[in-house]
Amino acid sequence: MSDRILGGAGLALACFYIWAATIIPDSFMADAVGPRTFPIIIGAIIIICSVVFILRPDPEPQWPAISNLLEIAGAVAVMAVYAKLLPELGFVISTVFATTYLTWRLGSPILGSIITGVATSVGIYVVFRLILGLSLARGPLGF
Amino acid sequence: METLSSLADGFAIAFTLQNLFLALVGCFLGTLMGALPGLGPANGVAILIPIAFTLGLGPTPSLILLTSVYYGAMYGGRISSILLNIPGDEPAMMTCLDGYPMAQKGMAGEALSLSGIASFVGAFFATWGLVLLAPQLVKIALLFGPAEYFALFTLAFATLGGITSTNQAKSAFAAMLGIGIAMVGVDSQTGVQRFTFGELHLYDGIDFLIAIVGLFALSEVFIFLENHRGGAVGNEKAMQIGRLVPKLSVLKYCVPTMFRSTIIGFISGILPGAGASLGSFLSYSLEKQVVDRDGETFGKGDPRGVVAPEVGNNAASGGALVPMLALGVPGSGTTAVLLAVLLALNVTPGPLLFTNSPDIVWGLIAALFIANFMLLALNIPLVGIFTRVLLIPTRILMPVVAMISFVGIYGISGSTFDLELMIGFGVLGWVLRKLDVPLVPIILGILLGNEMEVNLRRALTISDGDWSILLGSPLAIGIWIFAIIGFALPIVLGQRMKRRMRNAASAAAADIKD
Repeated sequence: MSDRILGGAGLALACFYIWAATIIPDSFMADAVGPRTFPIIIGAIIIICSVVFILRPDPEPQWPAISNLLEIAGAVAVMAVYAKLLPELGFVISTVFATTYLTWRLGSPILGSIITGVATSVGIYVVFRLILGLSLARGPLGF
Repeated sequence: METLSSLADGFAIAFTLQNLFLALVGCFLGTLMGALPGLGPANGVAILIPIAFTLGLGPTPSLILLTSVYYGAMYGGRISSILLNIPGDEPAMMTCLDGYPMAQKGMAGEALSLSGIASFVGAFFATWGLVLLAPQLVKIALLFGPAEYFALFTLAFATLGGITSTNQAKSAFAAMLGIGIAMVGVDSQTGVQRFTFGELHLYDGIDFLIAIVGLFALSEVFIFLENHRGGAVGNEKAMQIGRLVPKLSVLKYCVPTMFRSTIIGFISGILPGAGASLGSFLSYSLEKQVVDRDGETFGKGDPRGVVAPEVGNNAASGGALVPMLALGVPGSGTTAVLLAVLLALNVTPGPLLFTNSPDIVWGLIAALFIANFMLLALNIPLVGIFTRVLLIPTRILMPVVAMISFVGIYGISGSTFDLELMIGFGVLGWVLRKLDVPLVPIILGILLGNEMEVNLRRALTISDGDWSILLGSPLAIGIWIFAIIGFALPIVLGQRMKRRMRNAASAAAADIKD
């Protein structure tokens, strides 16, 4: 079933892709092939592959239980918030939060997670900013 | 002769204090990353590319750093195979078969240093193979026109799934997804926007570094989260390594094994669609056929069973560099990531690289030799330190991997959009892994998609729109035939090969339990 869904998604994606390819505007510079042909070929091959998925699906993969799926969703959400807050709060503060969360969810006790979070954040800051001179996100406090 | 003098020039470039230091750091980090299960060579190199890039290192130093990581990871993969029976990366799977039984007999230290020496031999001679073969291949490649190149790219995609691929439709799907992503942005030939939908961030296309780090490193973090695998992979008891230096007599009777396995490994490295996993598998199987026909010692801790796959695997990773450097077409996952390194540094591999910037090529090759010696020197005495990393719990390690990925990508452009895109690729990578869709063709598609299209369009511009030019020369027809065979063969043989590899592994595992 999963493969059939993948095939369906592939079909939808390919159709959208081919449609998006056909609306690519023409340019004053032109060559024999033009900017549309190659993407349309790609879309066509995706359609063929998707049909194969639908007709001959592989055995069902091991999907995680709902709770573990939520685990991943949670991590994605935290990472997305992290990406948004990085320029606002600066590297060190946001990283403490993100690392603490991930470490906690991978099974550390709360206190241990906080310590790991602080240590990771400060450690990366020291190595990459102070020693290697990489530019990290700067917050209101300058780090 | 010319080759040797170029190589000498290469050594002159590589022998600066900074480059030697970078090689040392790369070897050390690479071995660590190779040792950790889940963080194979491709992952290790992937998270370091953006960092080397933002550090502002020049092309040659960055290459030296990252190829040292690549070779180091190949060495490191064996450590957890031998001590814990968990392969650090896929090619190290075969090393488990005899390495773990040796460790159980209390010969872990010997197995580790033997495999270290084996890795050295394989990689060292394969690097010589690279020196001798790559310039010859370049001569052929200089005859290639756009039509031949287009066929060559097709060949690379058709064979990437490899002989063990069980579902070619999924490999093809992944490759097309990658090429499709590469199309986003300004069309280099006509200057029109494609698939950008007015989103400013997409005008320059999607940066392949973002895709690589997301697909490889972040999806790995998700896999760990899903399984709540937060503990350490190792335990104190398994870390007893005992006597380190193998007996000279043992070494001596491993020499023929090393010789045979180097050749097999190197050849499977060069061939498209084979790569390091197949190299180690073939070396092990052949060795078993040759020296242990009755199946008495192999699988029960025969040193030759440790040496063969390690030599094969490392020789293959050297061999895989031949098509990557000479043609610009990588044949395996890790070399695809190395191609990304080159492209990130604005170096386009291929025949012209050898004529236009010999300093980069030969500096790189010299660095490979240096890295080999360093790895040998690091690995034998320091193996105790490397085994310690297996005690780090993954609940600490994986968040660090995630954060370093963020640091690297943020360093490129400082944009939140890029980070969000990376997270998106991470989720995509996780879903596709679940569905058994290979990720490497996606990466290769993103890396080579534009180049492939450009060659197609150039060929058709030359022929004034006549598509038959794609089959216009014997060379092109030959490449097309190889591509078709390479794509069709796994459909017939893939299941069988995969089953044989799995049977070999599980038979050995059953022996261990007895």
